[in-house]
Amino acid sequence: MSLFVYLITYIGIIIFCAAVLKRIIAYINNPPHVRWELYPVGHESGERAEYGGSYLEDVDWWKKPRHVSRINELKVMIPEILGLKAVHEYNRPLWFVTYPFHLGLYFTIMFMVFIVIGSFAQILDIPAAPIMAIAKFTGPLGFILTICGAVGLLYKRITDQNLKIHSCFEHYFNLMLFIVTMGLAVLTWLFVDPDFLMAKTFVAGLISFKLTAISSPLFLLQIVFMVATIAYIPFTHMSHFFMKYFLYHDIRWGDEPNINTPKTDAKINVVLNYPITWSAPHIAGHNKKTWAEVATFNPEAEPEKE
Amino acid sequence: MTKKSLEINDVSKNTAILSKVNNEDLMPLPWSIEEGESKDIVQDLKDKYACDLDDVCVLNIPKPQSKEEEQEFVDKFITGMKKSFSKTDNWTFLSMLETTMENCAKCNTCSDACHLYEASGQNEMYRPTYRTEIFRRIYKKFVKKEALSDLRNGKIDLNWKTVARLGEMAYRCNICRRCAQTCPIGADNALVAREIRKIFSQEMGIAPPELHEKGSVNQLRTGSSTQMTAMVAKDNVEFIDEDFSEETGYDFKTPWDVQGADILLIHNAGEIMAWPDNIAAFSIIFEAAGLSWTLSSEIAAYDSINYGVFYDDVQFARTAILHAQAAKNLGVKKIVLAECGHAHKALTVIADRVLPEGLKTPRESCFPLLRDIVNSGKIKFDPSRNNFPVTLHDPCNVTRLMGIIKPQRDIMKALCPQFREMVPNGPHNYCCGGGSGFAIMHRNNIGDWRNKLTGRKKISQILNAFSDTRGPETEKYVCAPCSNCKGQIRDMIEHYEMLDKEKITYGGIVELIVNAMVDVNPGFINWEEF
Ligand code: SF4
Ligand code: SF4
Repeated sequence: MSLFVYLITYIGIIIFCAAVLKRIIAYINNPPHVRWELYPVGHESGERAEYGGSYLEDVDWWKKPRHVSRINELKVMIPEILGLKAVHEYNRPLWFVTYPFHLGLYFTIMFMVFIVIGSFAQILDIPAAPIMAIAKFTGPLGFILTICGAVGLLYKRITDQNLKIHSCFEHYFNLMLFIVTMGLAVLTWLFVDPDFLMAKTFVAGLISFKLTAISSPLFLLQIVFMVATIAYIPFTHMSHFFMKYFLYHDIRWGDEPNINTPKTDAKINVVLNYPITWSAPHIAGHNKKTWAEVATFNPEAEPEKE
Repeated sequence: MTKKSLEINDVSKNTAILSKVNNEDLMPLPWSIEEGESKDIVQDLKDKYACDLDDVCVLNIPKPQSKEEEQEFVDKFITGMKKSFSKTDNWTFLSMLETTMENCAKCNTCSDACHLYEASGQNEMYRPTYRTEIFRRIYKKFVKKEALSDLRNGKIDLNWKTVARLGEMAYRCNICRRCAQTCPIGADNALVAREIRKIFSQEMGIAPPELHEKGSVNQLRTGSSTQMTAMVAKDNVEFIDEDFSEETGYDFKTPWDVQGADILLIHNAGEIMAWPDNIAAFSIIFEAAGLSWTLSSEIAAYDSINYGVFYDDVQFARTAILHAQAAKNLGVKKIVLAECGHAHKALTVIADRVLPEGLKTPRESCFPLLRDIVNSGKIKFDPSRNNFPVTLHDPCNVTRLMGIIKPQRDIMKALCPQFREMVPNGPHNYCCGGGSGFAIMHRNNIGDWRNKLTGRKKISQILNAFSDTRGPETEKYVCAPCSNCKGQIRDMIEHYEMLDKEKITYGGIVELIVNAMVDVNPGFINWEEF
């Protein structure tokens, strides 16, 4: 039985990593898109960051050095990631339930990181009591907060008519999955593994490939649910936890001008030579096959010869 | 059907219309203004076109006449949708579309940011995510073909009404992207509205006549959406030069086709017809500042409009290339966009990754240049000439989408002693209600709908900005430095009789600058000539 759970865990981790990578690679491999930024842009420098200004506020902006402030970017990103600032600002009633949910997940991730560190310490025979003390705190807190948040979100999705219209089976299923998974984690913590020693041993086994048998069925069930949930996340809209990076940095804040950027020019040359197959009369039917041909052809000024 | 009971899949139901906003549903205006009844769509139109969404008909979708035509209509849409997700056919926006499709949490945080949703009394049809969710469900079920899609993503039936309504719904959005600004994930429902418009235009050949035949096609054919040829435009500007030289006592001549000038200024040609004072004001300021500048009479280069931004990437690219080509031919150092928001964004931002190496003459907004001129001391000003309440409307394309916020305010603060902000403003402003092409639509009851609904939030912001100075005794000015916004604000001032009742007029920013110029006769801005 333990062996089976170890196997599932390996597979789950591989699926998770592969699915995350697949999405990221697919995004990176997309052709370059046009600029579509939205202000305020996080990395603007100086006072412009305060009021949402841009380098386009300068005469001859292309002759001036462009200042990009990573500090300002962090000033936007940190409250957004840690505090869900946008939801707090624009959708406070939802924030009260979605924040505990996300915070719970953050604590759970921290817990996992500390368990992994603790496991390494166990393998290397290094004392790791303070690490395990933090894990003992973050784990239960994370599980309970996630359950509270998920129950709150479920309640909102069922009772709030506006949310209900836009909710479907997958929303309810996902929330239930989190409630059950974290519920099992809480039960395991309460009745089987209060100090997470079993968890540490299990992870140490995973890392060292010394697959020590674990006798508790509840613990193993909890692991199966946890791994399944993790592997499942990148296949859902919850992929936003990593895709948000691109949505913000590449699209919303993607304000890099195409000045002295031969790389961008080279990419533009490639896409302009892509074939175009849109069928409307103003595009098709002029025997123009690529974007460059279609865009430089003016069907109105150059009526076709009979 | 009431707004409360509207579900996503209702869009596919065989009902006469999907929803409707009644006067009693509308968001109240601050000065308890009574609304008249809206005109109905004429029967002729209903017979010919698929006016199945509500009581407005923007897109003029020809009604399918048989089951076969209905199926063909749906199939064409699906073919177009597939192309929207193709790397080659939609390289321009694929990344944004895919990420919005896959990552939205359906949290509705974006809803309250939308002025249409609010103005309609929170009608579900106007919720930013409503049309997106229909699009998403169709995409997942019929294009991406996800297993158990109805169960996973929610049910959607697909018939010609679904498609026709979705097309119309893409024109119930100003594409102002205020909703996108509030999205915690970074998803963009405005983009989806534009992608739907693109499928209709680029694949199905269906677009509102004002944007296509009378808009971008005219632009490419005659050089301007106004249908003015270069000769007519030059004649008109010459007439403006003479007229305003006399009126202002400041003698000037607008330069045309000056080879090697520093600046190619491109106006929205609509200004030449509707707001000649704006054209004159630019010429006066540029001449008084001693700039080396010119207008161009090359095709499309005397009209900055690029309606492709609103509905069609191909028409967009064609127009942008003509603008850039004209600059190259004249050998200017830069293009300066006059007061037209969508033209600003089109040529400065979007075209930035479209124009090939040889056509990359730098492009900039007029506002920083005007600010520098005002601050330079080259022109003498008497701000007391502008001593009336002035508020500033921020065109979305210039502020939220380009981050040009402060230059306009620096000018206001220097020249308008009674300047007051609208709330909210800057990148968080509300659209005027004319955005994404509506400002030029007057067909049937579209004007009514714009005044009552799309512009409702803006007129209420304007009224609030002047709440300390009510009544017709005090002349007030709404500075709207964008041709489309001006058109929309003009229509709302007329609709709500704001000139008579409150002495509110509107105009651009250059009019305020010239109005304060010591070398110009007083009274450039004139409330009687509205
Ligand atoms: S677009 Fe953004 S704010 Fe709107 S529902 Fe989706 S995730 Fe929420
Ligand atoms: S883009 Fe503007 S009008 Fe359209 S849904 Fe978003 S907020 Fe509303």
